Amino acid sequence: MNTIQEKYDAIVVGAGHAGCEAALALARLGFETIIFTVSMDSVAMMPCNPNIGGSSKGHLVREVDALGGEMGKNIDKTYIQSKMLNQSKGPAVHSLRAQADKAEYTRQMRMTMENTEHLTLRQAEVSEIMTETENGRLAVKGVKTRSGAAYYAKVVILCTGVYLKARCIYGDVVNHTGPNGLSAANDLSDSLVKNGIPLRRFKTGTPARIDKRSIDFSKMEEQKGDETIVPFSFTNREEDIKREQISCWLTYTNEETHTIIRNNIDRSPLFSGAIEGTGPRYCPSIEDKVMKFADKDRHQVFVEPEGEFTNEMYIGGMSSSLPEDVQYAMYRSVPGLENARIVRNAYAIEYDCISALLLKPSLEFKEVEGLFSAGQMNGSSGYEEAAAQGLMAGINGARKLQGKEAVVLDRSQAYIGVLIDDLVTKETKEPYRMMTSRAEYRLLLRQDNADLRLTEIGYEIGLIDEERYSKFCKKRELIEREISRLNETMVGANSKVQEFLEENGSTTLKTAASLADLIKRPELSYEQIAPLDSERQMLYETPFYQEAITKEVIEQINIELKYDGYIRRQKSQVEHFKKLEKKKIPDDIDYEQIHNLRKEARQKLNAIRPENIGQASRISGVSPADISVLLIYLKEFH
Amino acid sequence: MTAVTDTIAAISTGMNQGGIGVIRVSGSEAVSIVDSLFVPKKKGKEIRNLDSYTATYGNIVENDGKENKIIDEVIVLVMKAPCTYTREDVVEIDCHGGAFVMQQIMKLLIKKGARIAEPGEFTKRAFLNGRLDLSQAESVMDLISAKSEIAAKTAISQLKGNLRYEIENMRKELIHHIAYIESALDDPEHYSLDRFSDTLDKILVKKEKEISHLIQTAEDGKLLKEGIRTVISGKPNAGKSSILNVLMGRERAIVTEIAGTTRDTLEEFICIKGIPLNIVDTAGIHNTEDVVEKIGVDKSLAAMEEADLILYIVDSSIPLDKNDYQIMDKLQDRQVIVLQNKSDLKNVTTQSDILKHLNKKIIPISAKEQTGFEELYEELKNMFFHGEVSYNDEICITSMRQKEALEQALASVRMVRKSIADGMPEDFYSIDLMAAYERLGYIIGEAVEDDLVDTIFREFCMGK
Repeated sequence: MNTIQEKYDAIVVGAGHAGCEAALALARLGFETIIFTVSMDSVAMMPCNPNIGGSSKGHLVREVDALGGEMGKNIDKTYIQSKMLNQSKGPAVHSLRAQADKAEYTRQMRMTMENTEHLTLRQAEVSEIMTETENGRLAVKGVKTRSGAAYYAKVVILCTGVYLKARCIYGDVVNHTGPNGLSAANDLSDSLVKNGIPLRRFKTGTPARIDKRSIDFSKMEEQKGDETIVPFSFTNREEDIKREQISCWLTYTNEETHTIIRNNIDRSPLFSGAIEGTGPRYCPSIEDKVMKFADKDRHQVFVEPEGEFTNEMYIGGMSSSLPEDVQYAMYRSVPGLENARIVRNAYAIEYDCISALLLKPSLEFKEVEGLFSAGQMNGSSGYEEAAAQGLMAGINGARKLQGKEAVVLDRSQAYIGVLIDDLVTKETKEPYRMMTSRAEYRLLLRQDNADLRLTEIGYEIGLIDEERYSKFCKKRELIEREISRLNETMVGANSKVQEFLEENGSTTLKTAASLADLIKRPELSYEQIAPLDSERQMLYETPFYQEAITKEVIEQINIELKYDGYIRRQKSQVEHFKKLEKKKIPDDIDYEQIHNLRKEARQKLNAIRPENIGQASRISGVSPADISVLLIYLKEFH
Repeated sequence: MTAVTDTIAAISTGMNQGGIGVIRVSGSEAVSIVDSLFVPKKKGKEIRNLDSYTATYGNIVENDGKENKIIDEVIVLVMKAPCTYTREDVVEIDCHGGAFVMQQIMKLLIKKGARIAEPGEFTKRAFLNGRLDLSQAESVMDLISAKSEIAAKTAISQLKGNLRYEIENMRKELIHHIAYIESALDDPEHYSLDRFSDTLDKILVKKEKEISHLIQTAEDGKLLKEGIRTVISGKPNAGKSSILNVLMGRERAIVTEIAGTTRDTLEEFICIKGIPLNIVDTAGIHNTEDVVEKIGVDKSLAAMEEADLILYIVDSSIPLDKNDYQIMDKLQDRQVIVLQNKSDLKNVTTQSDILKHLNKKIIPISAKEQTGFEELYEELKNMFFHGEVSYNDEICITSMRQKEALEQALASVRMVRKSIADGMPEDFYSIDLMAAYERLGYIIGEAVEDDLVDTIFREFCMGK
């Protein structure tokens, strides 16, 4: 019998994007933490797309950074191309996306982990969750590995990704492994079920990787990175991380591709029933897209490098689980890929995960004290979604150990808040992907102001150090000062001003206006009106301004002023939202006693046990009328 | 369970000149407050000495420090908790000094520590104090749970047809376009926003008109209508009035006359099983040459036209005649319950006689023996829950709020149009589109508002 027994403050199971953030947060907050991975070579591995960020996901990464997480810093170290997406749209939907050097991303994160105090990395498969009953409640005690070694801790965070009973499938080939042939975790599922945690089956997929030398790039459109680099981490400046970028390529599927897919759809394991798991609607395989958008004669295909020192190219937009021969045929029908040599096949992967309805908004299991869960285990998809949850689970694990109240971000504070609220409140029937449309208050939740929204919180938690915090405070103060100065500084309708306006294609003034009023005009900006701002130069020479007036500060001033009306309206929507969020529902509420609730509502409320009226109102199956009944009950009887 | 403790007072009948009016006081201080203003005609009949459900006679007086000045001669009824409407101590003051005197008494009550009740607050307390099994509190509870059930069945419209339908359609259209913008933001490859702003603007011009029109109707007061408009119809002497009397009598405690009605027909408001009915008693329909009678008959026919539900009374003790056939012709496509009255007498007209001409639910009933009414109530409930009849309760509950909501929705629609005119990126449209969508949702109870609860009680069953 294995007699190894070790004691830690916290245990993290799985070292993917969720696990790394969770473990780093715990260790950085001073807790002795051990993190388990099935392979030390797969720490923070990117088994699917070679990029970090993208529409709304970029927001998550910046929020993770503002709270003191690692993902932003790591991608800044390892990016090979950077782009701000949606620049033609409003600032709310600008999203940062960077191509990563996958191997380098893994290596850097692993190095950071290895050099973090209080953090132990261990290659081993966790096969059992140990629990005990404490005051009539189930509480986690630790984990056991397959070798029988026991590790004890008061907090255990599950970040098992896609590894629980994983099966990789294409055509009629089924491999009982995790991604890239890594071994699956086959025992942990049973242990969870034994502890009363029901599991379900989700699936996701990835496209083939193709040898760069077999691709004819002359038939594709080059996709270059941006000239101006915006770092993910608020701690970095452009000049700190600027480097040569590598291009991606755009090509398209065509009717031939679609015909090949349609003719072979019966050989898809989805079609034959070999895959049982539910896949993501928003990250569909090429066969899903061809079937769903039957009227589209082509779909985009992004050909992206997997790294600087490899010839493997990722074929974005063409994930598939069709058989190998069909894969060859369909990839080769795409312009530029006629002679493609596949390095790795496309495949679908199926895995066990939980319904996050089992979790509190802190990501702790409602029924198992001290046990947390984050990432794909919770039914989400994506590296960024995983990292965001991992960070919050790590923070809240630490808060638990500190005896402090959990940190729960709400929907008006962060995409992270939207993500977790959706997961723990709504029944996600497919892998959950972050999208801008999920955030009601997105004009306030911009990627450019993530630091202004969250640094304070990160500081209070203890993941933002004094130096960074005081720098942040200066930035915040300067923005406020400048905005009020611009609002108060008036310019008259004198000839100098009128001339300037005419030169800049702006209508002349009839009466005096504030500088802020001028900045609000679409054709003008803070930078442009400098000639009218007589104080500016003098202020810039003061030490306070000199240190802090950066392009980020100017960007904030422009956005805050230009979109002032919209921002104010959105803020009033938030006020309404907050009113409902503030109406707490007591833990011990007995929904059976509220006779006027409909049965369905009562069942849902009982199952999910929302923390406040706002959350209750977002549960599907709970109607506004049910909420009224609940409000009456709470108001008068509690 | 009781969370409210202060004492409230309200004038609970109309303040017509000279008539008897009732002031109700409810709360833990109700007895002592009224006691301090009341001097009984007979010594020992002070209110504080009275048993529950006893009345006494005396004066309401105002003491200016020297002497008692008589304000009004009144009868006071004391009802002690918990067997009262609100489950609190309730004192009723029947005064006959008219509106001015009643106001004086209210002022005195307030001086002594009572507070003017908010509209509907008595009912609210009845509900909150768990008086679930008695008439009006039950009605309110029924109404609330009915709302939940209704909300669950989207097919059922609480609002009178057109308005709810219109608002729902507007919301559908708005959410469709919001969804489209969002899809395009998340999946630009498959959803294009080219020329979208032109399309949207055209639609919004239409919405602007529609909402403005609704605001206009609200201003005209056309939306103010309570309950399911129910007409009791039948030929003369079929028993309409006696059935109405039974309906009213049974629910006497919760019957109010609709104040300010200008209609010539008599309207009564009544809650049966929590379903609010606006009952219109009409003149019997028959062929007549009498000019005055004819006006009455025409009005009856017009009332039937407007009704949501018709209770058609057939006298089963005599055969059907041409008057019945004339009425039945008008009822073919309507929501009708046939009440086969006088079922206690010899059955001359049978169910199948009626069914030959009118295929509707028939309930044998006897106003005299008061039988068949439970079946009627059940049928009403069925029709209500299956959406066959509906009423515009939100409109009567929240008309002011609704108008406000419509105005806010209109403002939001205009904001979107301004964003389009200003050439803002499409993602900005959603902010105000969503605001308009939410505001419209308040009107039909499809969006949660934290103060809705107060609003329901404030406006519901005014003066009770």
